[in-house]
Amino acid sequence: MTNAGSVNPPLWLLLELTYSCPLHCSYCANPIDLGNKQEELDTETWLKVLIEARALGAVQLGLSGGEPLLRKDLEIIIKKARELGFYINLITSGIGLTEKRIKSLKQAGLDHIQISFQSADQTSNDAIAGKKAAFEQKQKMAKLVKQYGFPMVLNFVISKQNIEQIPQIMALSCQLEADFVELATAQYYGWALQNRDHLLPTLQQVRLAEQQVNQFRLQQSNTAPKFIFVTPDYYETRPKACMSGWGSIFINIAPNGMALPCHSAALLDLPFLNVKQHSLEHIWYESDSFNHYRGFDWMVEPCKSCDEKEQDFGGCRCQALLLTGNADNTDPVCSKSPQHHQITKAVEHASLMHHSEIMSRTLKNSLIIMSSKQI
Amino acid sequence: MTDPDSVLTLNPSYRMQYEPAQKSHVLLFPEGMVKLSPTAAEILELLDGKASVQQVINQLSQRYPDAPSLNEDVYQFIKVAYDKRWIC
Repeated sequence: MTNAGSVNPPLWLLLELTYSCPLHCSYCANPIDLGNKQEELDTETWLKVLIEARALGAVQLGLSGGEPLLRKDLEIIIKKARELGFYINLITSGIGLTEKRIKSLKQAGLDHIQISFQSADQTSNDAIAGKKAAFEQKQKMAKLVKQYGFPMVLNFVISKQNIEQIPQIMALSCQLEADFVELATAQYYGWALQNRDHLLPTLQQVRLAEQQVNQFRLQQSNTAPKFIFVTPDYYETRPKACMSGWGSIFINIAPNGMALPCHSAALLDLPFLNVKQHSLEHIWYESDSFNHYRGFDWMVEPCKSCDEKEQDFGGCRCQALLLTGNADNTDPVCSKSPQHHQITKAVEHASLMHHSEIMSRTLKNSLIIMSSKQI
Repeated sequence: MTDPDSVLTLNPSYRMQYEPAQKSHVLLFPEGMVKLSPTAAEILELLDGKASVQQVINQLSQRYPDAPSLNEDVYQFIKVAYDKRWIC
C-alpha cells in the first residue's frame, strides 16, 4: 500500500550525525543508549540521505548530535546540502569550534549556527555542562559566529539548575548579539527523564520566569534578540502537537542511519527502517513505522472521540509510552487522560528535596543504565 | 518603515526560494520556514534594497492596474514583514 496520495512530503530533515559529545548535560534528550560509534553512517550514506530527502521536498536541514563538529566530514555534508538547496542549521555546543572552522563552515555554505549555553556565568554553566572552561569557549565562539556574519540562535535548556538566572541569561544574550534566543524548558526524554527530579522547576518558578521574559520583551526595541520561551508541557492541561503530527513534516536520522519520526522514537516498539537498506521515499510513504501513528484510526479513548484530536494529535507517543506504559495512550499531559496523575505526581515529587544522584550524560553511565535494564 | 521613501530589503539572514514540492515560494530562516502567497513573494522580490516602497507600489500598479486596494495591501504586508524581521 502506498500513502503518497494522502501524505504530505517531509519538509524538515534532522541529521543526528553522532551521539559523541564533549559535554555531559544531565538534561540531554538523546537516548540513554548512546549506541556504538562504529555504527555511525559514513559520508557517502549521509550524502545519499541528503539527495533523497531533497528530492522528496525537504528544505530545512538541521545538523545536530551529540556534537556534529566531531564529524570531520561536516563541511562535505554542508557543501552538498547547499548545492541541493537546503537551508542549513548547525546545532552545536561550540566546543571544538575554532575561527578556522567557522571560516570553513561559511565557505561550505552553512546558513546558521545555534550555540547551546547552559547558564549565564562560568561557574554554573561549566557545572551543568560537566566541562571546564566551556563557558569561556562558548562566549568566544558566539562573538566569532556573529563576526563572520552568521545569524545566531542561542539555546538555553531551562531547568531548576538555571531558571533563577533568566534575567542574567537575557542580558548575556543581548551582549552576544544573538538574533534569536530559545529559553526552552527541558523535555523529559532520555537523560532528562532519568534526572527529572533534579530538573523540573516548580510552577512558581516557571511563572516568574515567564513574567521576567515578558517584561524584558516590553522594553526591547525591534533589533534586540527575539526571545522564545517554551513552557514545560508538564504545566499544561493539553498536550503539545508533537512534531506537528507523526510523520507529517519531520524526519530524523539517528547516527546509525535509523529513520525516525522524532528524536526519541527509537524507544517505541516499531520496526524502524535504516537508510542504509531503504530509500527515504519508501520509509516516508510506505513503511509501517511511519504510517503507524498517521491519521486518527490508531487512537484510543479519550482521544478517539475528542473534538480536539485534530489540534494536538493526542500529544506525544514517546511520552505516552514512558509515563503510561503504552504508546497508544493519550499523552498524560492531557487533563482528560486517565493517567494524568502521572504528571501531577512527577511535579510533586520534583518539588521535594532529593538525595538521589544526578546522572551525567556519559558513555559510562549509558552502559551502566543499559546493562541494568537488560537484567 | 511604512514611509513611501523607505528602502527595504530581505533580511540578509533569510533566504527566499521556490519549492516545487510546496508549489510556492518559501522564506527560510534559522529553524523556520514560511510558505508565501504569490503576492507576498512578488513584493519581497521587488524590495531589493534599491527601490523605495513607493516605487515598488508603482511597479505593482502597472502589473495589476485593476487591483482595488493595492496601496493599502502592500503597506499592510510590509508592516507585518518588517515586524517579523523578514525585511529590514
